[in-house]
Amino acid sequence: MSELTLIIGGNAGQGLESSGAGFCKALNRGGLHVFSVQDNRSRIRGGHNFYLIKTSTEPIVSWTEPVHLLIALTAETVDIHLGKIVPGGAVVYDPSLEIDEDRIKDREAIPIPLPLYDIAGEAGGSKMMANTAALGAVAGLTNFPIKHLLSVIEDNFRKKGDKVININKKVAESAHDHAASKFGDSFKFNMEQQNGAQRMVMNGNEAISLGALVAGCNFVSAYPMTPGSSIFEWLNKHADEYGIVSKQAEDEIAAVCMSVGAAHVGARALVPTSGGGFSLMVEALGLAGMLEEPIVIVLAQRPGPSTSLATRTEQADLLYAINASQGEFPRIVIAPGTIEECYECGGRALNLAEKYQTPVILMTDQFLATSNRTLDKNNIDLGAIKIDRGALLTDDDLDKIDGEYKRYKFTENGISPRALPGHQNAIFKTTSDEHNELGEIVEAADNRIRMNTKRMKKLETALADMNPPKTHGLEDADITFVCWGSTLAPLTEAMNRLNNETSNTANIIQFIDLFPMPVEKVMPVLKNRKRLITVEGNYTAQLGSLLQMTTGVKIEEHILKFDGRPFSPEYILEHLKKLEKRGRNG
Amino acid sequence: MVEVQDYYYPLKPTWCPGCGNFGIWNAFKSALANQNIEPHEVLVVSGIGCGSKLPDYTRVNSLMTLHGRSLAVATGAQLSNHDLKIILAHGDGDGYSMGGNHLIHACRRNIDVVDIYQNNKIYGLTKGQYSPTSDKGFVTKTTLAGSIEKSVNPIALALAAGATFVSRGFAGELEHLIWLIEEALKHRGYSMIDVFQPCVTFNKVNTYQFYNKRVYKLQEENEYDSSDLGAAFAKSQEWGDRIPIGIFYQKKGEPTYQEHLPVLENKSLVKHGLRDSVPEEIKNEFM
Ligand SMILES: Cc1ncc(C[n+]2csc(CCOP(=O)(O)OP(=O)(O)O)c2C)c(N)n1
Ligand code: SF4
Repeated sequence: MSELTLIIGGNAGQGLESSGAGFCKALNRGGLHVFSVQDNRSRIRGGHNFYLIKTSTEPIVSWTEPVHLLIALTAETVDIHLGKIVPGGAVVYDPSLEIDEDRIKDREAIPIPLPLYDIAGEAGGSKMMANTAALGAVAGLTNFPIKHLLSVIEDNFRKKGDKVININKKVAESAHDHAASKFGDSFKFNMEQQNGAQRMVMNGNEAISLGALVAGCNFVSAYPMTPGSSIFEWLNKHADEYGIVSKQAEDEIAAVCMSVGAAHVGARALVPTSGGGFSLMVEALGLAGMLEEPIVIVLAQRPGPSTSLATRTEQADLLYAINASQGEFPRIVIAPGTIEECYECGGRALNLAEKYQTPVILMTDQFLATSNRTLDKNNIDLGAIKIDRGALLTDDDLDKIDGEYKRYKFTENGISPRALPGHQNAIFKTTSDEHNELGEIVEAADNRIRMNTKRMKKLETALADMNPPKTHGLEDADITFVCWGSTLAPLTEAMNRLNNETSNTANIIQFIDLFPMPVEKVMPVLKNRKRLITVEGNYTAQLGSLLQMTTGVKIEEHILKFDGRPFSPEYILEHLKKLEKRGRNG
Repeated sequence: MVEVQDYYYPLKPTWCPGCGNFGIWNAFKSALANQNIEPHEVLVVSGIGCGSKLPDYTRVNSLMTLHGRSLAVATGAQLSNHDLKIILAHGDGDGYSMGGNHLIHACRRNIDVVDIYQNNKIYGLTKGQYSPTSDKGFVTKTTLAGSIEKSVNPIALALAAGATFVSRGFAGELEHLIWLIEEALKHRGYSMIDVFQPCVTFNKVNTYQFYNKRVYKLQEENEYDSSDLGAAFAKSQEWGDRIPIGIFYQKKGEPTYQEHLPVLENKSLVKHGLRDSVPEEIKNEFM
């Protein structure tokens, strides 16, 4: 097995995000696995940004901290990342940055001054193409076939025309040849092509979008907010082809209200956002609950409160998502941890919303939303998501309806057969005021009790669709980590390392279905564990609180993180040691 | 033929006797009947306020939403099923205060809805605070020394935002209001009808008598040309002894928002049915 982590770092505005994603694709075409981390500052120009790609001939569990190849487009990149470089690693930089070679050599790494800007210029390109030159150089240093990079350049610049394609290709090739001939022998880590693989490379947002598309999503409304926006952009890109109405709204209140209107008349509506936008949506979240309209909100978390670290990651909105809004109403909250789960949840959320006629909140975070990972083509089964519209009445049903149609009919399971407006036999009212079966405004206490109970009953009914948490690793272990969402990947790597050292040290319980909490299914998984530790990207161990609240199980130990950066296996292991030290000291 | 009776619903309005909402309600039902629109084809989207209860008392599909948000909800419904006749009914607080931003964007998008504002220049349901259309100097329990703020000019606002049908009615001028609603129903695109709606309980200034003395009909003025935006702006500023009602501005033939969307070219979104499969080729995008 050979594996390598590379970082390309520079200023915002140097095109790191697209070159990083492009290089992931190139590696995938070369049959390699990738796992990326995108780290941006919240500004359009300047400020240190980087894109980390871990690549391997074998499947990758998680990104890891040690870096083999650092591509520095700014001197700051070297200052920030040099500490993670491994012996035998290399730092590529333009000589104009005047990096002190000795600092690199002190770490037993190889300085590789490459005139990236000159190479780009000589090939007829601009300074902006230094990133293309850098990727060409990476291929040259690692023996990675340049053709894959060239094919991605062709695809990515197709809209810009042949001239741009050809210049970029020339820049990449020239940098490749330069790096290979001058430094290829000194850098020992290779990324050689693997054959026969049929994989895709996808991030969480793309997987959710694809899942939603397959599940019939035909209405998306949003107000741009990182890291939710790219779901909106992806569905918008496919709108004409797949028959989607995509509407950028004047604010998030409008975005979610549009989805309520769309759902009311029968569209499958989805609203991607992040915490700030979600906060604006809260009143209408309750509206959807009261009207019993199926909407899906994708809440891609970033640090809060307010603007905080706008382009970074956190998992601090869990209890908020579960509790947001005045009053009580059923809602469903799910949080995938892998790209495959993002795909499944993207489709499942739309089905759950229609089945229970209530809002569904699909939670991710910036890390999962933007992390590119390879997955087997067959892991995304386009036939696996079956559309379930729940108790939706068709025109045929309504043609045959007997007597008065009751939109909010009292039923055993709380779900009332749903008509869409427009049929002669079912003219009906809906209102955010408390209402009776006909949707008329009614303030009577007995009606309130019955109607509120009917709605809340759906929460109990929905338990049938709520899955127990997934478990990873061996059945029995000294430590059981408890996690949700994006934490799964680094935590799995941490678990593997612990178990490789001493078998049966650790395993993982991963929650995807968070609300309503299927306590009866959860208890057998949670109980009889020797030692439970939650691992979460927040300050207060919110999953721990939720579990205590719903199951009564109190988890005393936590590994937490709220610096806006994703968990790494190294961080988890280091903090586990700290917990143990604290434990021993009493 | 559709009759007014078809819109009868066996719930009695809870409005105060004499409330201007009765006139608007009657005009609304008559206009729909006159236009031969059947109740099941109509979706009334309203907000929260006295006026917003109109659909509760009417045999139509109704969606009574949140305070201020009806235009956003209506936009989603309209773009998903443009076969429905979507009509909004909401107050001046709901529409011009809470909903002000949505109004601007509905106008410039030319969303194909009829938007009726029950403008009583006061907050009715919350019992008498001043509203964004209350005149300067207007005394209420939250403007004890008289309102300091200029009032919103809905007509000028809608014109500036690019609305293609901008009009004003008066609940005391029933026939005129019926005609106005019919014209709005016929118009393709966003149609605003700001209606003077006396609130007999809390607004003792802007009464029936107040308007009866002042209103005159724009369309009875020989020289008024409602296709002239400049003239419409000028008329929108008129307030005092004479107050114009009628169609200030109408621009015919401007495509509605939905007409720009290829997806909606042949039929409403929800009439397409849900796609039953996505081709494997979509995976190539990720390879
Ligand atoms: C978010 C929110 N804030 C405040 C209210 C309370 N509220 C209900 S109706 C209303 C104003 C009513 O005035 P208007 O919209 O002009 O309608 P009217 O009752 O005069 O017809 C207010 C402030 C509310 N329902 N929701
Ligand atoms: S308070 Fe005013 S607006 Fe409300 S019903 Fe009474 S008269 Fe009408």
